[in-house]
Amino acid sequence: MNKSPKLVCKNVWKLYGDKPKEFLQLHNNNPDKKTIEASGYIQAIRNASLEVYENEILVIMGLSGSGKSTLVRCMSRLVDPTIGEIFFENIDMGKLTKNELIEIRRHKMGMVFQHFALFPHRTVIENIAFPLEVQGISKKEREKSALEIIELVGLQGRENYFPKELSGGQQQRVGIGRSLAVKPELWFLDEPFSALDPLIRKEMQNEFLKIQNSLKKTIIFITHDFDEAIKLADRIIIMNEGRIVQIGSPEDLIMKPADDYVKEFTEDLPRERLLSVKSIMDNKKVTNNSTTVYEDEKIFSILEKVLSEGSVSVIDRSNNIVGSLNKETVSKFINN
Amino acid sequence: MQNKKISNKIIFISLTFLTFLLYWYGKEIANYFDSKWLVKYPKHYSFPFAIYTTTFVKWLINEAHFWLFTFNDLTRFFAWIIEQPYNIVLAIFSKGILKGQGQDAIQIMEPLSWISVVGIFFTLALYTRDKFLIILVVLSIVYLAVFDQWQSSMITLSSIIIAVPIGVVLGILLGILSYKSKILEKIITPILDLMQTVPVFAYLVPILVMFGFGPVSALIATIIYAMPPMVRTTLLALNNIDPQLKESGLMSGCTERQLMWKVLIPVSKPTLLIGVNQVIMLSLNMVIIASMIGAGGLGYDVLASLRRLDIGGGIESGIAIVVIAIALDRLSQSFANLPTLSKKTQQTFYNKYKKIILLILYIIGIYILGTFFTFFKLFPKELMINTSLFWEELVKYININYFDNLESFKITLLTFFMLPIKKFFLGIPWPWFIFIITIIGWYFGKLKLALLCLLMSIFIVTTGLWEKAMITLYLCGSSVIIASIIGIPLGVWAGLNDRANKILTAFIDTLQTLPSFVYLIPVVMLFRVGDFTAMIAVILYALAPAVRYTAHGVRNINSQIVEAALISGCSQRQLLFKIKLPLALPEILLGINQTIMLALSMLVITALVGTRDLGQEVYIGLTKADIGRGLVAGLCVAFISIIADRIIKAGSNKLKNKYGIK
Repeated sequence: MNKSPKLVCKNVWKLYGDKPKEFLQLHNNNPDKKTIEASGYIQAIRNASLEVYENEILVIMGLSGSGKSTLVRCMSRLVDPTIGEIFFENIDMGKLTKNELIEIRRHKMGMVFQHFALFPHRTVIENIAFPLEVQGISKKEREKSALEIIELVGLQGRENYFPKELSGGQQQRVGIGRSLAVKPELWFLDEPFSALDPLIRKEMQNEFLKIQNSLKKTIIFITHDFDEAIKLADRIIIMNEGRIVQIGSPEDLIMKPADDYVKEFTEDLPRERLLSVKSIMDNKKVTNNSTTVYEDEKIFSILEKVLSEGSVSVIDRSNNIVGSLNKETVSKFINN
Repeated sequence: MQNKKISNKIIFISLTFLTFLLYWYGKEIANYFDSKWLVKYPKHYSFPFAIYTTTFVKWLINEAHFWLFTFNDLTRFFAWIIEQPYNIVLAIFSKGILKGQGQDAIQIMEPLSWISVVGIFFTLALYTRDKFLIILVVLSIVYLAVFDQWQSSMITLSSIIIAVPIGVVLGILLGILSYKSKILEKIITPILDLMQTVPVFAYLVPILVMFGFGPVSALIATIIYAMPPMVRTTLLALNNIDPQLKESGLMSGCTERQLMWKVLIPVSKPTLLIGVNQVIMLSLNMVIIASMIGAGGLGYDVLASLRRLDIGGGIESGIAIVVIAIALDRLSQSFANLPTLSKKTQQTFYNKYKKIILLILYIIGIYILGTFFTFFKLFPKELMINTSLFWEELVKYININYFDNLESFKITLLTFFMLPIKKFFLGIPWPWFIFIITIIGWYFGKLKLALLCLLMSIFIVTTGLWEKAMITLYLCGSSVIIASIIGIPLGVWAGLNDRANKILTAFIDTLQTLPSFVYLIPVVMLFRVGDFTAMIAVILYALAPAVRYTAHGVRNINSQIVEAALISGCSQRQLLFKIKLPLALPEILLGINQTIMLALSMLVITALVGTRDLGQEVYIGLTKADIGRGLVAGLCVAFISIIADRIIKAGSNKLKNKYGIK
């Protein structure tokens, strides 16, 4: 993974109320929650700092009202943060003029919405071609690009349907298609699959991963579903009451939850299916057993081996021994 | 909580008791203290609003100027702008193209023949793909020709064709502006409230003075009257758009203008079309009233017949207006409900505009035929049907055979129902009345509403029109009581029974498309002039919302609540009285509110049949071209309806909050 940040948020705050900027300044830009509420303000985002790396899927996870939607809207400047800076490709988003912002949205950003937000008066192809239309691209050209995208999202044959003639899953395919029309570099998805049935949701998640494998976008994905977050994320940000509680890989969150709030999310997960050998092996004691397991194998797939052998060696993909794992550690992990 | 409830009850009972006490003994008390002003507001304390208004408007017209041009130039300019398209439309439908002036004018081009107009409406109706509607619309237009209403109908139609687009465009633009600026919204909302509650008669005079007598003044009055709902609908539609849709437009890279015209307005189209329908209906409602300042056409025919007491002629023209109203209403409604279908194939130019091209060819063909055969130009006189004699005979027959029944019905209602209410309203000392209104305002809406009630009623008293306002209240009150007694049970019936609902909805839809003036015609014929006639006309006009809202309230109760009641063992009767009616109450209240609003607007029109209320004052203002008098009385009517509206809406919301329903 290339570790250069595509988007950086620095100390972003968002308060709702009368003259929030002055209020923050008055309190040294760091009022506590009680002061904020007592003064009649609503705290949407509290001091959020984060970096989004090129080509990663960053999932922002939180319950409703946790500020995740507001945060993502600050990043796209649909909402202006009260204070704090946001840099997109080293450009200060807060300093952009209206027209510069429109230019960035026309070429570098795309967004998918929870309730699809399709234009009901436009057909599938007109919806997908819309971002190109507002740029003033000719009808022939934009329909050509739109047709390519229709193929990508699997809606061939439905080009001239109106949104209400499509199922929920199909509608969101249109939403995804429209957000990809300008070939964006930064792709926002705001709870894109929450409004879908569980089976369709699973299908769409898989398809989403497939699209990402071929397109390699930088993605900010919002969800309130922890299973979905774990399945899709390279890194996860957990938000609670407007605050970023923890940033880390799925394994980090499970093994080292920052507080009880994060712990509660991770507790009931099938951990042996999510975690790999690496996260519980003993890397100080290097034994040379005849039975070996790979460090990136999921724990559930090596359970039987360890329990029957008592102790195994852990190797990496180039067959170097990197640690060991014994029966006691595994059974302790399972029973925990 | 319990305590508060009980103390509220005690206050309520004692206030009611005191009110009646003051009603019975108010005069004696005032006499005892030698303070007659308690009963009757002294004349020399009233503030001459009317005179100031008149002076101001006169100054506007005669002296006001904006450096480069005078106010008068400005009004003439507006009039000119509206006049141009109107003359063109009038030429097409009614006059033809003339060369020369006055008597010497030669017609160099004929207006559209009746067959062509039928063709135009047929083509319009074709777009709706509704067979029944196509037949209805064609029959309506043919009706106008057969029953000899053609000339007047086309004049009326021309004014509708001009007034509606102007009203719609202005309304949408104002709606957009106030959507964009919160300040403008705050300014515009109360102005809209006033425009919709001030009786039309009241602003006919200033328009008359500014723009002169003639069709242009009539058009301007119509536009002012018909535009407010369009502004409101636009604002409502824009405010109700899913914020995600707006965001998706922004993220697609829309500029502000693209967002408005490519996303927000097209998305709101279904709601906007409902607004267009309202503008059409209100414009038609103005047809008769606008003829008082020179509209001509069907409205003028009705008014002239009413003045001549030519009952047959009045009915004929009245029916013609109704026919146009129903046709235009159904047509615009089905355009609003037109489904969007996927276009599966690419269309050629001819395919796309096939109907329009054929229509143009048809009109040209008819025009050429018309030069050879007059049948294609004018509907033959010998085939026309005249019904006015029939109507006169019918009314004569009813009056000869049923006079006693009608008269005793009238007198009973007058003595035992209307007069006690009248005495009650006139008997309460005005300071006490204002006090009670303010208390009610306080109870439902705290300080803000209390202040509104207080200031508005003080305005009414200081204009010196208190007594007339009380007569308005009494007429409005008695009409609303009877309308509720008839309307609410009908509404409940429609709410419970699907078939009743279908029949009543069709009936009420028709009632609501009729211009308010039309209701006066049959009532005057049966009961002649007076308060009673006014009341019956008002009831007929204002009945619809009571039925409609009640039915809606009863129908729209959460089905799970009904199931829970049934499982608890409710009988149908218990279900109605214990569950459905209480839950429908907020909605019923809103229905009564609408009934009051309609009643007040109708009351001003009934001034024509000789009531002595604020409506009469407005009407006198109109006939004497006394701007101030009409406007001030009109404002009083507006304030009464605003007070009633705010109090009832607050009450309904209070109930809704209590039950947690929205």
